[in-house]
Amino acid sequence: MLARGEPVVWLTGSGLVIGLLMVTVLVGYVFYQGLITFWPRPVVALTTPDGRTHLGEVTRTDTFIPPPDLIPGLTGALRERAEAQTAREEGALGRRLLRTGNFELTGEHFRWVEDYLIAEGGESRPEWALVFERTTWGRFYGFPTALVLGGEVVAEDPSRIWEMFQDHHGGDHPAGAVLRVRTASGEEKELDLTEIVRAYPANRLGFLDKVRVYASRWNEFLTAEPREANSEGGVFPAIFGTVVMTLAMTILVVPFGVMAALYLREYAKQGWLTSVVRISINNLAGVPSIVFGVFGLGFFCYIVGGGIDQVFFSDKLPSPTFGTGGIMWASLTLALLTLPVVIVATEEALAAVPTSMREGSFACGATRWQTIRRVVLPRALPGVMTGAILAMARGAGEVAPLMLVGAVKLAPDLPLDLEWPFMHPERSFMHLGFHIYDLGFQSQNSEAAKPMVFTTTLLLMGIVLFLNAAAIRLRSGLTRKYTGSKF
Amino acid sequence: MDAKPAPFDRLAAIVAGETVPPEIHSEVKAEEAILQVEGFNLWYGEKQALFDIGMPIPRGKVTALIGPSGCGKSTLLRSVNRMNDLIDTVRISGNMRIAGDEIYGKAVDVIELRRRMGMVFQKSNPFPMSIRENVVYALRINGERNRAVLDEVCEKALRGAALWDEVKDRLDESALGMSGGQQQRLCIARAIAAEPEMLLMDEPCSALDPIATSRVEELILELRGDYTVLIVTHNMQQASRVSDYTAFMYLGQVVEYGPTARLFTNPRLKETEDYITGRFG
Repeated sequence: MLARGEPVVWLTGSGLVIGLLMVTVLVGYVFYQGLITFWPRPVVALTTPDGRTHLGEVTRTDTFIPPPDLIPGLTGALRERAEAQTAREEGALGRRLLRTGNFELTGEHFRWVEDYLIAEGGESRPEWALVFERTTWGRFYGFPTALVLGGEVVAEDPSRIWEMFQDHHGGDHPAGAVLRVRTASGEEKELDLTEIVRAYPANRLGFLDKVRVYASRWNEFLTAEPREANSEGGVFPAIFGTVVMTLAMTILVVPFGVMAALYLREYAKQGWLTSVVRISINNLAGVPSIVFGVFGLGFFCYIVGGGIDQVFFSDKLPSPTFGTGGIMWASLTLALLTLPVVIVATEEALAAVPTSMREGSFACGATRWQTIRRVVLPRALPGVMTGAILAMARGAGEVAPLMLVGAVKLAPDLPLDLEWPFMHPERSFMHLGFHIYDLGFQSQNSEAAKPMVFTTTLLLMGIVLFLNAAAIRLRSGLTRKYTGSKF
Repeated sequence: MDAKPAPFDRLAAIVAGETVPPEIHSEVKAEEAILQVEGFNLWYGEKQALFDIGMPIPRGKVTALIGPSGCGKSTLLRSVNRMNDLIDTVRISGNMRIAGDEIYGKAVDVIELRRRMGMVFQKSNPFPMSIRENVVYALRINGERNRAVLDEVCEKALRGAALWDEVKDRLDESALGMSGGQQQRLCIARAIAAEPEMLLMDEPCSALDPIATSRVEELILELRGDYTVLIVTHNMQQASRVSDYTAFMYLGQVVEYGPTARLFTNPRLKETEDYITGRFG
């Protein structure tokens, strides 16, 4: 049986299956979470026994083991409901995380509401509960009571208010346009129309309306700048920063890597020295990326950047221009990081060029450089592209070194813009990878930021996929052109 | 003249490491030589591959080098345009002259030298570029930019290689999409494009099917007269079909060298006869 190799087939096959499974689960989870984040959810109103009503979106459901003195301390219907539930759930109680918003009034964005607190009929989906996304203070959940234009109340009926709000939202209101809203707990609040980014009556939305809200949120996500400490709004600067940094890195690393590989393979006399160099390059690929970050910070930012500042920007010192993290230094650092990938791939591609082709060129009276430029390099180009693709994928996903050499939490000034001199290589930049880290682990409002982690991850994967697909397309074109079919 | 030496004398002597003077027919010496090989030795590292080769190659004729594998035919051929320079361990002594000019002199520009010869390899090796660019490669690297000149050379070389009618409509397509036989004829076109003084062919048909082989052979016959062809072949019938002169080599030495017709029908040496009739080798 072993001789027929069936166990080997199963073994190798299962390796592939496990790998595929893990990738599918990971990507599937990111896809699912990333895609549902922007879908508008219904707004529920939950009335607790203390008479307060909490209005908001359910973002999570959960069970918990109550502390031992909780149920004995309860009375009446509360205790009955709690005991019934613990009997059903094997000692656990259910609870829901409600996104209640209204931070300036309540001091909280989210609130856990235990299920046993809600009496029969204590849960409803009020028709005119509006969700407001605002430029500051996070979301607001409330009921409209009046629309005030230029100090005059123009509507008081919810449907009329909603109608007029849609007409006036986004317009120009020099005299002032204010929406009066009442929260679920009865507090009054005036919202200026200019601070409202988006509003919708969550429980009145039909499917098409939901799609519209969904699309508008994605649109904002992809094209706008972040708000609310990055937990709301868009990630356009991060997309831009990631793409520019990755492309700059590729443009820097490919010529360097190709030159190094050319010397190593075509010119250097093969011997123990070239072997040592090759081993060193391969080992370089195993150095932790943070080490490259530290090197980039010390060498590029402080020594090279500091030197540039001394010479060209001495009037601005002590505040650094180039002497601190910036997109150029980040690209250079990642170029160093990915250099081994390009060198190894290029060397392999060069080694795969048939000797007969070189000989043919030499026999025609070509010099070594003419042979390399006209015959060897074109033939090796698809392999070089493979190296570039690998480098790009590695570079686009790298975060740790970037933290040291220029990726920041918020940088609305893009590294390329219409302002003279158009390219600003000294500017720090936003990066999707760093954005994910920042949202997931550095955010004040981590519950609100968490769904954005998934959408941002989804986006980063999409961008890497897009860049790779573009490069692979380019490569297959080159392959067709330069290697052709075999006879 | 018909008194043949005892069989296997020479071969045994060669195997024993002795240098045996070659049997060169007077017809060869009577021809005007374009290439003169004189006392040429070649070593790969410590191992000597060519022993005191001395032979003239007649101008405008096809000369074939035959012999068993490892006898040094390809090495000798590659020494003519100094392709062996690409191998670090190769050492040589002795001399070769093409049209009177030294090949292994100190002042010789190897690049210039290689431009005077075209070479066709065992495996077709078209470059990763269009058919047109393949043909005019030698001119391109020499700096020729004039489109009209290049087009003219391209057509002439392709016609010379009997390929023009097949590819004239797709000159700008990749050369790598052609069939094996076409690729080899393209390589011949490339080799003759710069009008070389000599054409070196290293088993040009060994990777081709019989039909492609016969086309290449026809081509060699057509090239005779205009070009001097030095061809290495394993195929004795091919040597007899295409060549005017044939040299039989054994373990790095020339054993017998004469007109092909004589060599194949009435060789002077028993050893040559044995090899040609397939009794050894």
